[in-house]
Formats: sequence, C-alpha cells, structure tokens
Amino acid sequence: MSGGTELFPGPDRDAAEAILGRYPPAHRQSAVLPLLDLAQRRHGGWLPPAVVDAVGDYLGMPSMRVRELVTFYSMFHDRPVGRYLVQVCRTTPCWLRGSDEVLAGAREELGIAPGETTPDGLFTLIEVECLGACADAPVVQINDDYHERLDGERMRAWLRDRRGAEDD
Amino acid sequence: MPTLSIDGTEIEVAEGTTVLRACEQAGVEIPRFCFHERLSIAGNCRMCLVEQVGVPKPLASCAMPVTDGMQILTRSERVQAAREGVMEFLLVNHPLDCPICDQGGECDLQDQALYYGRVRSRYREAKRAVTDKDFGPLVKTVMTRCIHCTRCVRFMDEVAGVPELGTMGRGEDMEIVAALDGCLHSELSGNVVDLCPVGALTSKPYAFAARPWELSHTESVDVLDAAGSAIRIDSRDGRVLRVLPRVNEEINEEWIGDRSRYAVDGLVVRRLDRPWLREDGGFRPVTWEAALAAVATALQAAAPERTAALMGDLPGLEGMTALADLMRARGVASVDCRQDGGAYGPGVPASWRFNAGIAGIDRADAVLLIGTNPRREAPVINARFRRRWRTAGLPVARVGPVTDLTYPVTELGAAAQVLVELAEGSHPFADVLERARHPLIVVGSGALARPDGGVVLGLARRLADAVGVAGADWNGFSVLQRSAARAGGLELGIVPADGGLDAGGMLAAARAGGLDFAYLLGADEIDPDAFRDTFTVYQGHHADRGARYADVLLPGAAYTEQAATYVNTEGRPQQARPAHPPPGDARPDWKILVALARELGSPLPYESLDGLRSRIEAAVPHLAHIDQLPPVAPLAPFGDPDGVLDAAPFEEMVPDYYRTCPISRASATMAACARAVADA
Repeated sequence: MSGGTELFPGPDRDAAEAILGRYPPAHRQSAVLPLLDLAQRRHGGWLPPAVVDAVGDYLGMPSMRVRELVTFYSMFHDRPVGRYLVQVCRTTPCWLRGSDEVLAGAREELGIAPGETTPDGLFTLIEVECLGACADAPVVQINDDYHERLDGERMRAWLRDRRGAEDD
Repeated sequence: MPTLSIDGTEIEVAEGTTVLRACEQAGVEIPRFCFHERLSIAGNCRMCLVEQVGVPKPLASCAMPVTDGMQILTRSERVQAAREGVMEFLLVNHPLDCPICDQGGECDLQDQALYYGRVRSRYREAKRAVTDKDFGPLVKTVMTRCIHCTRCVRFMDEVAGVPELGTMGRGEDMEIVAALDGCLHSELSGNVVDLCPVGALTSKPYAFAARPWELSHTESVDVLDAAGSAIRIDSRDGRVLRVLPRVNEEINEEWIGDRSRYAVDGLVVRRLDRPWLREDGGFRPVTWEAALAAVATALQAAAPERTAALMGDLPGLEGMTALADLMRARGVASVDCRQDGGAYGPGVPASWRFNAGIAGIDRADAVLLIGTNPRREAPVINARFRRRWRTAGLPVARVGPVTDLTYPVTELGAAAQVLVELAEGSHPFADVLERARHPLIVVGSGALARPDGGVVLGLARRLADAVGVAGADWNGFSVLQRSAARAGGLELGIVPADGGLDAGGMLAAARAGGLDFAYLLGADEIDPDAFRDTFTVYQGHHADRGARYADVLLPGAAYTEQAATYVNTEGRPQQARPAHPPPGDARPDWKILVALARELGSPLPYESLDGLRSRIEAAVPHLAHIDQLPPVAPLAPFGDPDGVLDAAPFEEMVPDYYRTCPISRASATMAACARAVADA
C-alpha cells in the first residue's frame, strides 16, 4: 500500500488533503497525528503495519518515525480492537467513586479480562489512566463518547443493550 | 554576543550557544548522556541539569540557549542534588552487572555514578527487564542496560541516513528496536557502539575479549579504504583486539566504516608467517636465506624487459619505493602501482587526487558523481555528503548505477555517453554545476579503470573546464580512490617507464608467456591465473589471490604491524604505526626488499627506515609533510576527451562492501556481515 489514493480513498482523500492544508507545504510531516487518526478510523479502529508505512510514504517520513508515534500515543492501536473500545478509568477519583465495580460489571457482562477482545470482535476492554472528567467519576470512554457517573449495573446494562442492538 | 556568568566567572559566547557549550568554553565540565556534539539535541537524559539564579527549577543545559546576563551555577547544592536525583532514577532500572559488562571501565554511566551516585539504592521494587534485540553480527545488545538516551537512534537517522532504529512505546515500556532483525543496513553501524554511553550496545566480535585497561593503544591510520581515517588500534599480547576511530576533523570526524573497524579479526588467519617455496606442485616452508636466494637467482636469470613488478592496494610508500628502486636499478621498466589499470594523467597529481579535500565537501554547493558509489567506497566521506545535503540541500547528480546513497540524487543514467552531453554543456545539470560557487565533480577510481578510463577522465576534465570547477580558492575536480596505496604510488611516480608494461600489459604478457619474472607486492585484485607460467614472487601478509600461482611467498607485515606512510585520496600523507611486531618470520615490507637487494649484490642506497624516508622526501618533498594536505595541484591537461567511449554502462565497483581486500576477505566477521546483508 502506498500513496494517498489507496490509503485515503474517495471522500477521505478530501479529508486528508484538508488536514494537510492546515500545515505549511514544507512541513507535511506535521500532519502525521491527524492523518494517523483518520487512517485508524478507516481501518477498523486500529493501525495495521501496512497502513502505518503508507502514512509514512504519504508524508515522506521513514516508517520507523511513524511507528514510534503509533506506539507512543495511547489513542493509536497497533493491534486489532473490537468495534466498541471500552476504556475504564482507574485513576484515584474514579477508583474512589467505584471504578472497581464498573470494571467488574464489564468483565462479567463481556466475559473477558482487561486487554482482551470478545470472540465476536464487538468489544475490547482496557483499563486507562485519568480521562480528565473526574467531576463525573467514575468514567468510561467508549469509542469517542464518555459515559459518566456509572456503576456496575449501568455498565452492564449499556453493554447488554449494545450487544442486543448489534445482534438484531 | 551575550555575556553570562558561570559559577561567578563572566564569559562572552556566540549568539545561540547553549548553556552546556558555554560551560565547556568556560572550562566547566557538565555530565551528560544523551547530548552529543555531532547529533541533534534530545534533552531526555536530564543529567546536564544546572541552576540559573532566580529560576525555580533546574535547567537542562544541553537544550537551553544562553541569554544575556544569565547567572549559571553548576556546583551548587541544588545542582548536586538534582544530578543525584537523575542518577538515582537512571539506576532504578539499570542492572548492577558491571562485572560482566563489556562497557566496564569505559562507561559513562559507571564514571558518572562515581560522582553522582548514592552509595546504596533506596529502590526495593522489581527492576524491569527488556528483551535483547538482534542488530546483526557487529552490534551486541543487552537492552536491559539501556537508559534511552537515543544517541543510536539519532546517529542512524541523521549521520548514517539509515533510519532503522527507533523507540517503541513510552515510559517504562519504552524500548529501542530495529526495523529488521539480523542486521543494520549501514556501513557506519559500528559507531553506535562508541556512542552508547552504557553497555546496551557493545561490540559483538570483541565481546568478553579484554578489559580496556589491559590494552595497548596505538594511534594509526586506516588503510581499508582510501579516506585515511584516523584510528586507534587496541592490542594485547601481539594481537589486535579492536579498532576505534580517533577524531580527525578534516577526514573522518569521529566515525569509521564497519570494515575499517571490524575486519581486524582477519589479521590472524590465513597469514603468511614464514617464507614458502613452490616445489612439486606444493609449498615447502624454507628459511629467509633460501627464499631470498631463490628469488635472486630467478631475478638475475630474467631479462629486464621480461620482468615486471606490480603493487596492490595495501602497501605503504616505503615498501613500494623499495620495490620500485630495486627494479629500476636493474633496468626494469614494467613497474606499476595501478593494479586496477586506472587511467591517470601521468605526472599530473590533480588527475588522481580528491583536490577539493574531504573537508571541502562542507563548502560544495553542487556535486556530480561519475561512476562512484561513495557510500561503499568511503562511508565517512559519504556521511559528509549527506550532512551537506541535510544542512544546505546539496544537489547531487550521478552518472552510474542507481543505489541508495542516503540522500536524494538526480540520476543521469549509467551510460557513459551522458558525459559528452555534460562536457558540451547540453545537459541541464551542467548549468547547475556552472551556477554553483563551489562545484564538485567526483570521479570514481572504478570509472577510470575501465578500458575507456582515459576518455572518462578527459571528459570529466573538459566538463570541469566548461563549468569552471577550479577557482582561486577551490578546485572541485576530485578523484575518489578506493585503495590506500594508489594515491601514494602515483605521487611516487610508480608507473611504467618508456617501453614498460602497465598492469594490463603485464597480465597479457604473462598469459602469452612473455614474462620470465613477476614480483607482486600485495597485488591481489587481479586474475592470478595469468601468472601460472611465470616465475612469480608474492610478497604480502595473507595467502590471498595473488599467492595462488606464486613460486615464492615472502611474508610481509600488515598495516597494524609496520611503520608505513599512506597517502589518502586527498594526497595527504599519514603514518601508520605498528601495534605489535608481525607474526612469525614475517618482516616489514621495506626490510624484505632491502635484504633482497643485498642478496642480489646491488644494495639499495638505504638500510634504515629513516634513510628510506629521506629518499622519499628527496624525490617528493611534500610526502614528508605528514598529516598535511599537499600543495594545490594545477589542473594541467590530462585524459583523452576525444577518444571513443565504451557502450558498457558504469558498474557498481564494490558489490560487497565487507570484503574488498586480503584482510577483510579473511575476516569471519566480515563474512558474517555479508551473509546478514544477503539474507535480509
């Protein structure tokens, strides 16, 4: 895979070029983070090595430099994740407000441990550090949305609903 | 220019100087791990913390530019405490394995822990362990020792131009990894061992071989390419254990190529350590007396016009001079130092030197490479081209096969015909050269060794005139030699006299039965079968190609075993010094020839090294000005620009970087590298 056409087909091409347009032409590499984000959204929420290399080619960067970024930032994933990435905050405020219960609820409902993905590929459960929404602890981030003031039962209910909706 | 005070002393420094550099200028040493003056600033080890009066937090001095009126303290209690804190954090995950670490005794972390380390660790938790990586046959990794200074990553990215190392992960999970297991695809990869401030990257061939304080150090020059890099030979008990670069700003700065560094294990195998005489299809060990007598008898029986002497890629000036003097005294005209048959303007130094000087690359503003691959022929020179491209966007064009030189190159094709267009000015790159203030034309020695080498040289010369490469303070016409002996032999004028045969003529004559006697002084890059029916003497240190059909083998000394002068591609004479005596009965090259002349009954006019060097100085005075560039050579006419060019394209002259000479061909390490590159 190389070049922008295959990496960002159709309307994504315009989006990629709009991102590039935010930076001076001599500094295309500045666009690497938003482009990786765009690429990740278009490739099932994770970045396969070929996509990482293609982003490097697109920007004229050595692939090693792009790989470094992908492994540095926790919002990029270099392994497949489920359609719903459930990130349970476990930092002190959430922990004091019951994040253990929330995590236990998710574990029971999904039948997986943190770091694992359900066999149907729908859910990936991970623990994360502070999501910056302590006022509404405990907090869980699922894909781009925050779910606040949760408890174990509400966590389970949400996951149950989602699974039901996906099964339909 | 800003003025600042460092520990109470006022100093004025140039605009943009960092605090660390200013401290160095003031004579104050600042500890550091990640900072290196030839790499970009990372600022990640934090060891260089200093205090600025009135600023609440300590500063990383390596990354902080000086501002006027700064008051810097480097020896305050806060600074000491800050550095001790940094050291304590570095040692949290660093193993206490100095007794089994090859860096021990020459380790920045060990040294600085002496000044900033706590006597006891307060750390009671588990230390992290990191999986070792496979960086190939040269660089051994013990990644648990890594302190993440990223010098190796920056070196590969910036200097070597092979961005194969990177940092994966972050925080406690951070690791240095290679893009591909098994090999770093750079001819300069060994330098990461020198750069590593801890024992994470050490030399694989040298693993557990010695402690630094057991080694004798000999300052010398490298001869495995023609750059003439400054090296330090570390030896013990008559054996070279490793070669390290020395700083020479005008040539190698502080890098050397992997062959120069790692081929030395080839010095102890396949050696000629006693004279041998061919008998009944095999070799019989003989005494020096018997060997010299056999050579003398054969030489006296041979007619001078049916006698030839050829010199290889590794002999120094002294050996070549003694052989040439011995032969010429006997009226032998067929004496040649160009075993590759390179076409140089006879007697015109500008036609074989890198006239711009290696440091001149830093001024060049347009480069044309003709039939040369500097990355393989002289990696340290290529690193300069790369830096010039990185810092000033140096435009580089090439006539020759396409290879990755680590910087962008305008490819003009491999066919020699384009030289005509360039010389006539009808090619667009001729305009680029003409507009440049310091244009550089680099002709590869391989391009001049083609059958049409004289035409290539002449066309390059014509182009040089057309675009005006030579100005008042600049001569951009440069030949890049590949062998350490060639420029020296040419400076000495070791080319056939009138009626004599050159290298190609000797080989042809030998094949046709037209030679009675041939003397090969380390000449190995030839077809030895040619000498099957000629009485051939091979003098050298390895039983390599040239020895195959020899009748007498005379054991000479390698560059680490004799005092010898070498002239690098710039024409700069430098001295190699012996780290230990040659093995067994082997002798310095010049002594063998002095003894042979005595045996012949016509002694050479010198019996000592000083005498021989005086003779060289008398003949070519500038060769006595050791380490100095030669006087500027005028761009006198040379070459044959109106001759007929071959249809054959230029070829890669160094298909295997790791094996180019008898020493590197005998090296198991170099063989392992060649395999690793082939497998990758």
